[in-house]
Amino acid sequence: MSNEKFEPKIVGFLCNWCSYTGADLAGTSRMTYQPNLRIIRVMCSGRVDPQFIFKAFKEGADGVLIAGCHPGDCHYKEGNYKALRRYKLIKKLQSEFGIEDERIRLEWISASEGAKFQEVCNEFTETIRKLGPFNSKKGGKNE
Amino acid sequence: MVKIKINGKETKVEKGTTILKAAEKLDIKIPTLCYHPLLEPYSACRICMVEIKIGKRNELVTACNTVVENGMEIFTDSERALKARKMNIELLMARAPAAEPVKEIAKELGVEKTRFEIKDPNEKCILCGLCVRTCEQVVGAKAISFIERGADRKVSTPFGEPSEDCIGCAACAYFCPTEAITVEDLDKREVIHDEMILGPNSAIRVPIRQAVPMVPFIDEENCIHFKTGNCKLCEKVCEKEAINHDMEDEEIELEVGTIIIATGFKGFDAKKVPAYGYGRFKNVLTALEFERMVNASGPTGGQIRLADGREPESVGIIHCVGSRDENFNEYCSRVCCMYSLKFAHIIKERTNAEVYNFYIDMRAFGKGYEEFYHKLLEEGVHFIRGRVSEISDVALTPEEEGKLIIRVEDTLVGTVRRIPVDMAILSVGLEPNFGSDEITRMFNLSCSQDAFFLEKHPKLAPVSTAADGIFLAGTCQGPKDIPDTVAQAGAAASEALALADKGKFELEPVTAEINEELCSGCQLCIALCPFSAISYNKEKDISEVNEALCKGCGTCVAACPSGAAMQNHFRDEQIIAEIEGILSV
Amino acid sequence: MSKPKVAFYWCASCGGCEEAVVDLAENILKVVEAVDIVFWPVALDFKRKDIEAMPDKSIAVTFINGAIRLSEQEEMVKLLRKKSQLIVAFGSCAHLGGVPGLANFWDRESIFNRAYKTTPSTHNPEGIVPQEKVTVDGKELTLPKFYNTVFRLDQIIDVDYYLPGCAPPPDLVMNAINAILEGKLPPKGTVLSPNKSLCDDCKRNETKPEKLTIKEIKRPHEIMLDPEKCFLAQGVICMGPATRTGCGERCIEANMPCRGCFGPTDQVIDQGAKFLSVLASIIDVNDEKEIEKVMDTIVDPAGTFYRFSLPSSLMRRKRMPSVADNEK
Repeated sequence: MSNEKFEPKIVGFLCNWCSYTGADLAGTSRMTYQPNLRIIRVMCSGRVDPQFIFKAFKEGADGVLIAGCHPGDCHYKEGNYKALRRYKLIKKLQSEFGIEDERIRLEWISASEGAKFQEVCNEFTETIRKLGPFNSKKGGKNE
Repeated sequence: MVKIKINGKETKVEKGTTILKAAEKLDIKIPTLCYHPLLEPYSACRICMVEIKIGKRNELVTACNTVVENGMEIFTDSERALKARKMNIELLMARAPAAEPVKEIAKELGVEKTRFEIKDPNEKCILCGLCVRTCEQVVGAKAISFIERGADRKVSTPFGEPSEDCIGCAACAYFCPTEAITVEDLDKREVIHDEMILGPNSAIRVPIRQAVPMVPFIDEENCIHFKTGNCKLCEKVCEKEAINHDMEDEEIELEVGTIIIATGFKGFDAKKVPAYGYGRFKNVLTALEFERMVNASGPTGGQIRLADGREPESVGIIHCVGSRDENFNEYCSRVCCMYSLKFAHIIKERTNAEVYNFYIDMRAFGKGYEEFYHKLLEEGVHFIRGRVSEISDVALTPEEEGKLIIRVEDTLVGTVRRIPVDMAILSVGLEPNFGSDEITRMFNLSCSQDAFFLEKHPKLAPVSTAADGIFLAGTCQGPKDIPDTVAQAGAAASEALALADKGKFELEPVTAEINEELCSGCQLCIALCPFSAISYNKEKDISEVNEALCKGCGTCVAACPSGAAMQNHFRDEQIIAEIEGILSV
Repeated sequence: MSKPKVAFYWCASCGGCEEAVVDLAENILKVVEAVDIVFWPVALDFKRKDIEAMPDKSIAVTFINGAIRLSEQEEMVKLLRKKSQLIVAFGSCAHLGGVPGLANFWDRESIFNRAYKTTPSTHNPEGIVPQEKVTVDGKELTLPKFYNTVFRLDQIIDVDYYLPGCAPPPDLVMNAINAILEGKLPPKGTVLSPNKSLCDDCKRNETKPEKLTIKEIKRPHEIMLDPEKCFLAQGVICMGPATRTGCGERCIEANMPCRGCFGPTDQVIDQGAKFLSVLASIIDVNDEKEIEKVMDTIVDPAGTFYRFSLPSSLMRRKRMPSVADNEK
């Protein structure tokens, strides 16, 4: 196991209007980036329930990215602020679950920021790679 | 009815009519000074002296306040009457030698000079009391009165101090027949008739000549009646009895299916650029003021004039005032280049002035615009590429004396130039209108960074908003010229009509729903909805989603602490299954 | 016909749930009349071997309270499962993990270190901690194994019904007993309390403003609590919106906010995460720095949001290198 190169599993919750479109732009612009991000599209970063984040870690994710529209640019006016507030509160307790600070990340990526999507994706993957796997199976039997 | 004879002509007038009014009916002119048809007669000036005969008695009376009697014979120009008038005008000439109406009447009567002592050659007041009566009877302010007696008698405020009762309406000056009263703005006391663009204002007026409907309105803030409860002169003079001061603004509630927002723009306030001297120099005008001046129905009848009435010999037009400027608005206001060119053309057409355009970039982007620009180049309009740094009246050379000097860096030549002009026009940009914030909140709209309303999609839905059934037209969405506005307004109208005609609209399928069985009515979701789509049903003790308002962001679903809310197509189970799926390998 | 046999057992718990049985007051007599109590270590003298001697499925119903944190508890509940037709998880600890479940933020070593070495009242210069086996005078003594992780009951054995609450209120207990005696049983796995959140029954729900948002968070001792007004509207953390109802709002009536002992409703997987979500959402501050300031005023968010439900949460426990996969 240890000799095998560690490929992080990263779950990304991307909002439909900005970040998901930004990811699309990165793709259509033929930008290359690390293949570790597994994207789930939501309508708004405000839809991201903290349960989803913990669920992702439970299911074996090594990192979770939440990406939404820049503050003030939310398609739904202020969903991204709610995402920001939840994110800030999760930051306050994630270490209690042994989740290192770097493993949960919130980014604002607009529909025109294909390059930023590429950069975040690469950088986040590298950060998690350095951090090592988050052994999700630790911590209890059943389920 | 009363039978009388004036200058030999017999006539019948109603009982109670004064001699002056009876004579007026027969087109017989009796000179007056202290008389005003809207005020009680006062017989102070005694210029309206006429001779009357009742029975066998002849006597001299003042025409303004003497009521006719049956069988009265009146001689308006008898020798005796004229003699009395001449004497009186001589007395008035000594009292107020500078009063023009007195001089005119004296001339008519053939009086060349007075035999009495002139106290003050500049005096204009004839002590007719029109001003005092106006202030008391019309305005109701009672701020001025006669003071002193005999030779020292004069009109004044108490102790000659600025009166607290004065509302600054200037009605006294308006009624004064000899222009003896001037109104000054002391202590920044509010002068209620402030000047409108290039002309006097009135509290009852038609907003603009092109107004539809073409009906005057009462400007409550400036109307004397709304300050003192008196006046109502307009009501008295309106023969059609169309004026009613008791009418109030009404709020009318209408139920509609679609709404078009067309709240327009406001012009950039040129005073924010002190270096351009707007407000300090009389001949620095904003584009709107100049537009009003060249309007054929405007105050100058379309003639281009300086503040002193001269025709300008040179005019500078400064583009991009408040636009494309990091200090104010970064965006281009789009219309200024073309209206500035239009101004240049009109100035060339109507005067012999030299015209200078100071521009950053010439943006003649519309149909036929570029051609118009070329036409102006041929007309000899000067175009100087550079942003004007200041407009001053400090002359450095004799040619600059008495002119406005525009300092600009001519970026094409690469030198700083000083251009003396008579008139400078500031081509101010467009800004979001007053009250946009309130409308944003009322209709749940969004604004773009420049604070204009945000359309749903810049290319695919340029007249729609994020709120279904609400459309945008015109400059409330962003600066645009008339053709673009007309086009957008047409599009907004047809979108609105199409929706109204259909009678229903299609919802996005991605909306939130609250399960009645599971909702505890905790209401925490209500504050989270930016579209006010959730409301509390008190009877059922649950929160409910209005699907027509819900945009489907799912914020409430993520927050619902009892899991009663769900988002169609993005249900918790679906997303969790996705998480499990993508992490299964 | 013989009376149905009933057993009670306690695991990692405080004993409050046993009190709850006694709290049935005179109703307990009716229960005793109707059933035959075959096992109740806290009240009656029975031994493990008595249970072992019983035929399988001979006990009609066993009520088990407390979480599972020792090997002995695991053995006992497995034994009782074998001998019982129905198992009811009784109280928050058996249902969700409860307060003992908060131990999942640590591991065995750190807990032993704290409890037996570093608390101010401990004098233990030799650093003696409990051992599973120790030989004294040539004789081997044993203690049950202390698990790294605390489990709720249904993570160890199959559970038929859940009676929530810390402790379950008498009316819920009585309803459950009656339902079992009368054979009117809901589907297996049901939590025997209404599936709505506490706000549904809370009298203070009416006092909520039209749009409830808060700018700052207070702890109950920091303000004079209005005895009528919604706690959240006063800026005090109340888990009520994220907690199942049925408790009779005993805390609320004592002017204390809900702490969440009834656990989440069926639709919610992770009570703490869900409450975190709604609390963060209603904090009406948008500036990043200001948000952080408000969040800093929430003391011990993990312990507050997961006070009763940590072993039931998605993460279940803190991930630590010392706790290997599935290790107890």
